[in-house]
Amino acid sequence: MATIDIQPHTATPHHDDHAHEHEDHGNFWTTYIFSEDHKVIAKQFLITGMAWALIGGVLSVLFRLQLGFPEANLSWLKPVLGGWLTPEGKIDPEFYLALVTMHGTIMVFFVLTAGLSGTFSNFLIPLQIGARDMASGFMNMLSYWFFFLSSAVMFVSLFISTGPAAGGWVIYPPLSALPQAISGSGLGMTLWLVSMALFIVSSLLGSINYITTVINMRITGMSFTKLPLTIWAFFLTAVIGILSFPVLFGAALLLIFDRSFGTSFYLSDIYIGGEALPNQGGSPILFQHLFWFLGHPEVYIVLLPALGITSEIIATNSRKPIFGYKAMVGSMLFITILSFVVWAHHMFVSGLNPFLGSIFTLLTLIIAVPSAVKIFNYVTTLWKGNIRFTPAMLFSIGLVSFFLTGGITGIFLGNSAVDIQLHDTYFVVAHFHLVMGSASFFGMMAGVYHWFPKMFGRMMDEKLGYLHFWMTFIGVYLVFFPMHYIGIAGFPRRYYSWTAFETFSGFADLNMLVSVAAIVTMAAQFVFLFNFIYNIFRGQLAPANPWNATTLEWTTPRLPGHGNWPGEIPTVYRWPYDYSKPGSKEDFIPQHIPYSETPESNFPHENDEIKLEMGRGAIVVEGAKH
Amino acid sequence: MGALLVLVILYMIFKIGNLVGLVKGKKDEEFSISWNNFNAYMMMAFMIFGLGGFFWYSFTYFNEYTLPEAASIHGVITDNLFWVTMWVTVVAFVIIFVVMFWFTFAYRYEKGRKAAFFADNHKLEILWTVVPAIVLALLVFKGLRVWNDITAPASKDAVVVEMVGQQWLWMARYPGSKDLTLGQHNFKLIDASNEFGLDLTDKNSFDDFKSLELHIPVDQEILLKIRAKDVLHSVFLPHFRVKMDAVPGVQTHFKFTATKTTDQMREELNNPKFNYEMACTEVCGRGHFSMKFPVVVDSQEDYQKWMKSQDSWLKMNPEYLKYVPAELKEAAMIKAGIPLDNLVPTVQTAAIK
Repeated sequence: MATIDIQPHTATPHHDDHAHEHEDHGNFWTTYIFSEDHKVIAKQFLITGMAWALIGGVLSVLFRLQLGFPEANLSWLKPVLGGWLTPEGKIDPEFYLALVTMHGTIMVFFVLTAGLSGTFSNFLIPLQIGARDMASGFMNMLSYWFFFLSSAVMFVSLFISTGPAAGGWVIYPPLSALPQAISGSGLGMTLWLVSMALFIVSSLLGSINYITTVINMRITGMSFTKLPLTIWAFFLTAVIGILSFPVLFGAALLLIFDRSFGTSFYLSDIYIGGEALPNQGGSPILFQHLFWFLGHPEVYIVLLPALGITSEIIATNSRKPIFGYKAMVGSMLFITILSFVVWAHHMFVSGLNPFLGSIFTLLTLIIAVPSAVKIFNYVTTLWKGNIRFTPAMLFSIGLVSFFLTGGITGIFLGNSAVDIQLHDTYFVVAHFHLVMGSASFFGMMAGVYHWFPKMFGRMMDEKLGYLHFWMTFIGVYLVFFPMHYIGIAGFPRRYYSWTAFETFSGFADLNMLVSVAAIVTMAAQFVFLFNFIYNIFRGQLAPANPWNATTLEWTTPRLPGHGNWPGEIPTVYRWPYDYSKPGSKEDFIPQHIPYSETPESNFPHENDEIKLEMGRGAIVVEGAKH
Repeated sequence: MGALLVLVILYMIFKIGNLVGLVKGKKDEEFSISWNNFNAYMMMAFMIFGLGGFFWYSFTYFNEYTLPEAASIHGVITDNLFWVTMWVTVVAFVIIFVVMFWFTFAYRYEKGRKAAFFADNHKLEILWTVVPAIVLALLVFKGLRVWNDITAPASKDAVVVEMVGQQWLWMARYPGSKDLTLGQHNFKLIDASNEFGLDLTDKNSFDDFKSLELHIPVDQEILLKIRAKDVLHSVFLPHFRVKMDAVPGVQTHFKFTATKTTDQMREELNNPKFNYEMACTEVCGRGHFSMKFPVVVDSQEDYQKWMKSQDSWLKMNPEYLKYVPAELKEAAMIKAGIPLDNLVPTVQTAAIK
């Protein structure tokens, strides 16, 4: 019984000193604005991301009005849209393209990259690995403020007289390079490029920090095999970001050169506006390669954090260990690697060498395997669980449903021969909005509901959460599911109207349904917004561990201060998924409880760990002498 | 589905009487089993109505959301691959969908029940790694065979047509029936009349002609050579399952064989007004949504007749004869079908500006 006497909650003493250093409170500016506390920075990312989500959502409602109600007179929007309405009260076709472009840019980068990774990587990495803060608080602060700057530039571009960028979020040149081709390619595009350059700086500063922190700052006992899946996901996301964002930076830089300094990286043989341009030798397809070298990994930058968050939430609320922890980590690793070698499946009909097309078909369909494994593992985690439908859990199940629905259509699009017909139709729009847009958005929502108590020390209202979930879940399906049919019928995307074509004359009713569903879904977000803002100030006080979860963040006080743990950081002894362990009284055993304290539920090999736990204590004592 | 949504909203608003309580700052009760069950039942309802709606719409409106049977040889094959993939994925989808939502319902919270500690099972995991891998491999190999056929070089006797995209219209250039070869072009030669940038020092360009309709013969291989003058465009022939980007500075191509003439298609669809259409599927600016180009599939005889009735571009623009080198002028006029009595002196300065 000697083991029982050992004090489990030991940590290296310098953590203590560190905590005391940060006890003193700074002024308003250093606490809330230029804060280096990862939790404050996370909230800054979250709130900025939410503001962007609202803007991006409103833009989509605007263009859905045009698509669902092409006859409607929108003159009542004149005070907001001004010159972007035609005299007949219709949205201007070029402004329509600007709306689509900005919706895409905002949602992909500002909401689902910065808003998702920025929020949860920042908030959870130190809390779940047992660190006082990020490796570099200063870089972390810079990361947010670069994002803020980038946001400001992009926001300004919405209001300039020539309009924001309008060549699609993929900004393919020559359209994006030539102001004479579309007015959005004037100042609007310049601002877009400047904003994205700043955004990439922000993203890299963040990613470097996340990686460094995960590698170096895990608390005693927190080996990589004991990391929660959230951390694995954030870590791999940061790796993808570091390897792919610089390529977008390069692509953008060359585009800036082409636009402003007369180079011809992407331009050749162009006759526009009554004159032949001097540019020769460039290739627009080069840009597509560079863009999608980021663009495709970007899908996983958006998706992996959401998958990590939901793994955590589904395990917690099923009261079961996540099924196949190693397989989950393995499939994320595999997805990370493969995400870099599938980009050209966006380019099957771009004039790409058909042989390359074959290779990318093969690689693309391989990536479906780890994705399928993840879905099966989620479903198996639910099996024989004891499921509590918290709003976070509902959104997580929603994510799995979207990931499945949208993932399956990827099997069509990844197959180059089938893609010929479906490419750039609404089938693609349906596919990626479900698998990446909605799934990641649901992951983000799940994360907010789940970690709100730790972020703000209060609880959100569950019933409003249910209302929000069901409206959004059904709404999203009603928006995107019909698009499959519209796509199979061949309707091309980014069309202002289809009336010019006999072939695309149908589906007015379905398009109207989609638009109505989009508006209702958008309205549902205000339920969330109320729930969120109201309960930051007036919510019921949260217990320290409201969901009976096992990970380290729930060992902090209700509202952790700078430094996270008031005393020592708990040492980690076990993996994060000891839910409903046979023999244990409680249905969860937190990571910091040593096996020596739980002899009733230990598996034989875990009893062997008890000796190691003793050893770990000895090392700590030695360390204290230095 | 819309009605379901409304019902849900009404029911929830009805049940959220305690919203008022929340605003007053009343404390929430403990974890509520009745709400948990509500969510579990909603999951089941969603699954049943969702799948029901999916199958109902898919079967009832099949003819509305599917295009007529493909009018090209490869189109029939890719459509077939599409529907095979559809059946495979729908079966997988329905199984996983039902199982998942059933689990959420069947294993909803019950007081005192303990969840199973089921952390891994290698046999299961290997099973659902290997099975999707095999199914996907089969789909990929079938797809790649089709893809290789579609992208293989066109045969020598294919009918060559050049499609040129610009903001916001398409033009077709035919090689002319005398040499069946497209003449050289250069974007620096483009002007208001010479829209193709025809290089008139190349004798193959003399009998080339422009058309504002794509006429193609049935049952003969067509090779579309595709280019763009300003920004990216994309040739999309939905009825033939043809799509290929038009890229400034790069020539792309797509070969296919049409199997149904316009008349046959009108008969098949019982729609005397039916016309094949070409659309643009790469965003290209303000007029992107209106870049329609009419397409006509002729019988072989009609096609030959139509070819003969077309005047060469040079005949339509005889003032450009001055760019033809002096020694080729007579040949040019014969080939272009211009009467020889109005010879124009050649401009000696280089035609390239």
